Amino acid sequence: MLGKLGWDSIPLANPLPIIASGVVALVICGVLGWTWRRGYFPYLWREWITSVDHKRIGVMYCVLAAVMLLRGFSDAILMRTQQAIAYNSPGYLPPEHYDQIFTAHGVIMIFFVAMPFMIGLMNFALPLQLGVRDVAFPTLNSVSFWLTAVGALLVNMSLVIGEFAKTGWVVYPPLSELRFSPGVGVDYYLWALQISGVGTLLSGVNLVTTILKMRAPGMGYTRMPMFCWTSLATNLLIVAAFPILTATLAMLTLDRYLGFHFFTNEAGGNQMMFVNLIWAWGHPEVYILVLPVFGVFSEVISTFSGKPLFGYRSMIVATMAICLLSFMVWLHHFFTMGAGADVNGFFGITTMIIAVPTGVKVFNWIFTMYGGRIRYTSMMLWSLGFVVTFVIGGMTGVLLAVPPADFVLHNSLFLVAHFHNIVIPAVLFGAFAGVTYWWPKAFGFTLDETWGKRSFWFWITGFYLAFMPLYVLGLMGMTRRLGHYDVPEWQPWLIAAAGGAALIACGILCQIIMFTVSIRNRHALADTTGDPWDGRTLEWATTSPPPVFNFAVLPDVRGEEAYWGLKSTARENRRLSDLPDYVDIEMPKNSPTGIVSAFFATVMGFALIWHIWWMVILGFLGAWATFVVFAWRDEAEYHIHASELEEGDRRRREAKAKLLDLPPEALA
Amino acid sequence: MTESRDLDNVSDDTAPGEESERESIAGGIRGYAIGLGLAALLTVASFWAVQTNLIYGPGIPVALIALAVAQMGVHLVFFLHITTGPDNTNNTLALAFGVLIVALVLIGSIWIMAHLHHNLMPMGEMLMRQR
Repeated sequence: MLGKLGWDSIPLANPLPIIASGVVALVICGVLGWTWRRGYFPYLWREWITSVDHKRIGVMYCVLAAVMLLRGFSDAILMRTQQAIAYNSPGYLPPEHYDQIFTAHGVIMIFFVAMPFMIGLMNFALPLQLGVRDVAFPTLNSVSFWLTAVGALLVNMSLVIGEFAKTGWVVYPPLSELRFSPGVGVDYYLWALQISGVGTLLSGVNLVTTILKMRAPGMGYTRMPMFCWTSLATNLLIVAAFPILTATLAMLTLDRYLGFHFFTNEAGGNQMMFVNLIWAWGHPEVYILVLPVFGVFSEVISTFSGKPLFGYRSMIVATMAICLLSFMVWLHHFFTMGAGADVNGFFGITTMIIAVPTGVKVFNWIFTMYGGRIRYTSMMLWSLGFVVTFVIGGMTGVLLAVPPADFVLHNSLFLVAHFHNIVIPAVLFGAFAGVTYWWPKAFGFTLDETWGKRSFWFWITGFYLAFMPLYVLGLMGMTRRLGHYDVPEWQPWLIAAAGGAALIACGILCQIIMFTVSIRNRHALADTTGDPWDGRTLEWATTSPPPVFNFAVLPDVRGEEAYWGLKSTARENRRLSDLPDYVDIEMPKNSPTGIVSAFFATVMGFALIWHIWWMVILGFLGAWATFVVFAWRDEAEYHIHASELEEGDRRRREAKAKLLDLPPEALA
Repeated sequence: MTESRDLDNVSDDTAPGEESERESIAGGIRGYAIGLGLAALLTVASFWAVQTNLIYGPGIPVALIALAVAQMGVHLVFFLHITTGPDNTNNTLALAFGVLIVALVLIGSIWIMAHLHHNLMPMGEMLMRQR
C-alpha cells in the first residue's frame, strides 16, 4: 500500500536531523500561524502564489534561493565544525550522516540557491530592461517556479522521511546504483532534480523567446543592456544543456527502478559514460550560473562608475564565445579517468582558451571604472570584491586545467577551494549585488547601506579565511569529503577554515539585520523617482515598484543605454518627451495552474521515491487534468483602460521631471 | 512595414512546409499529409533495408543513416516548418545551434569513450593484442 514507506523510514535514532527539522517545522508553523492570524492568506494567494507577473515570480525565486541558502549554509557549518574537531576522533557526525550533508550541501547550493537566484534576477529584470510588459509565456513562468520549489521541498523532506544521497552531488555510479545505494537517498536526488529540471528548462525556453521576440520598439540586439545578452547566453545554455542532465538521470533511474544496465559494473554497463554525460551538462551549468552575474556586475559597475560599459561589443562577443566554448571543455572534470594524453591535451587547451573571453570581461570592467566617478555603494563593493577574488579563482582554475597538475591536485581540497573561489564571489556576490541593485525597483525603497557594507566585509574576510586554508590543505594532500583524519598538521588550517565559516555566518546575520532595518525604515528609504541609482537602462524609466504592466506605453528605443538617452534628451531640451497616445492594453490573468500542478508533481515525486505506484498514477492524472483545465480556459486576459494608464503615467512623469529638475511646464 | 509587404509579394513562392497567413485549412492538411506519407515511407524503407538482400551487407548501416537523416529533414520541413525564409532566421539559427551542440557532445563522447576503452582495456585483451 505505501511501498517502501514505514515508521522505520523516520530516523528517530539520529537526533540531529530530527531536532533540526523539528525547529524548522516550528518556524514554518509559526510563520503560517502568524500569516493566518493577520489574515494575509487571501492576499498571498491572490497576489503572489497564483501570480503570473514576472516581477512577483522573480521575487519568489529569490526568496526561495535565500531560504535555501540558509539550509545549505547550515550544512557547511556542520562540515566545517566536524572537520575542525575530527582529528583522531570521530567528531560528532557519524559517517553516513556526514556523507548526506556534503551531498545535500552541493545539491542545494547549485540547484536551489544559485539557480533560483539567477533565474529570479533574470525573471525580474529582463522584461523591464527590454521595455516589455511580461515574459513570453507568463503562466508557464509560474509553473516553472513552482516546479523548482517542488524540487527544493523534496530535498528537504528527505531530512525527516528517509535519507538523502550519500554519494556526492553528482551521484557517480556504481556507488549510486541500487547495489551500493539501496536506500531512497539517490531516488530523492533523482526525482527532485528531474522535477525542478523541467521547471528550469521551461524557464529557459520562456526567457529565450522573450529576448528574441519581445523587445521594445527600436531595441535591436546591439542596443540590449549587457544583462540581457548574458541572460540570452545563459538561457541558450539551459535549453541546450539541461536535456543532457535529464537524459543522464533518466538512464540512472532506469538502472535503479527497472534493472537496466547503463552504468552498472556488470552486464555491459559503463559507469564512465555517466561521468562523461553528467559533465557534458555540468560544465555548461557552471556558465549558466556565472553568465547572469557577469551581466549584473556589468550593470552595477557601469551605473556606479557613471560611465557606459567599456567595450560593449567585445563584451557581447566574449559572452557568446563563452556560450559556445563552454560545451567544449567538459573532460577537464575527469582528466584522471584514463583518457590519455591526446584527449586530455585537447580539453586542457580548450579550458585555457575559455579563460580568454573571461579575461576580456575582467578588463572591460576595470576599464569601465577607469576615469569614472565611482560611488562606493555596497553593490560596488560586492563587484570589486568579485573582480579581485574571481581573478584569483580563475588563476587556480587555469592551473587545474593543466592535466599533469590536475593529476596531483584532483579530488583534493585544492579543487574544493578553487570552485568555491569561483562560485562564491561570482554567483553569491553577484546575487547579493543584484538583489541590492534591483530591490528598490521591486519594493519601492532602497536597502540599508550600512548593514549591507558590514555584511560585505564579513563575507569577504570570511571567504578568504575559510577557503585559502583549503588551498594549503589540498597541497598538503588532504582529499575532499573526509569525515575524520589522523594528520596533526591539518588541524590548525581546518580550525582557521571553521573560523572563516563563522565570519560568513556573521555576514549572513548582517544581511538579515539589513532586511529587517530596511523594512522598518522603508519610509525614510523610499524611492519616489523610480531611479535611485541614476541608472542607464529601461527598468529605471518606470516607477518603483512598477505597475503590473511595467510601462504604460512601450518605450521608443533610440540607441544603447535607452534610459540614459531619454534623460540626456530631457535635460538638453528642458522638457520630457512628448505625451504618448495611450491605448487600452491586455494583461494575463493570474492562474493557480502553477501551484496546483506543483502539488501534483510533489505527490508524484514522493510516490515515485517510495514506490507507491497508485499514488504515482494519481499524481500524474492530477497534473494532466490541471493542464487540460488550463488549456480549456475561456478568458486568459483582462483589460486595462487607457485612462488608467494615463493617470499612472502622469504621476510617473511628474516624478521624472522633479528628478531631472525640470520646470512644471516640461510635462506637457 | 516595407518588410512585411515584401514578404507578401514573395509568398506565392513558398518553400515546402512554409506556413502562410492566406493558406486554407485544406492546404495546411495537405502539407501535413505529405509529411506523414513521406515519414511513413522512410520508416518502412528502413525496415525494408535491414531485411533485403539487395543492399551490400556492410552498406546497410550507411543506408540506415541516410534514411534517418532524410527522416529528420521531413520532420523539420513539414512538421516543424523550418524554412530558409527571411522570417525564419531565429528558427534556423536555433536549429544550427542545436545541431552543433549535439555534434559536439556526440563526437566528443565517442572520442573520449574510445580512448577510455583503449587505455583501460582488461589485462587479458591487452595481452591478446600484444601477441
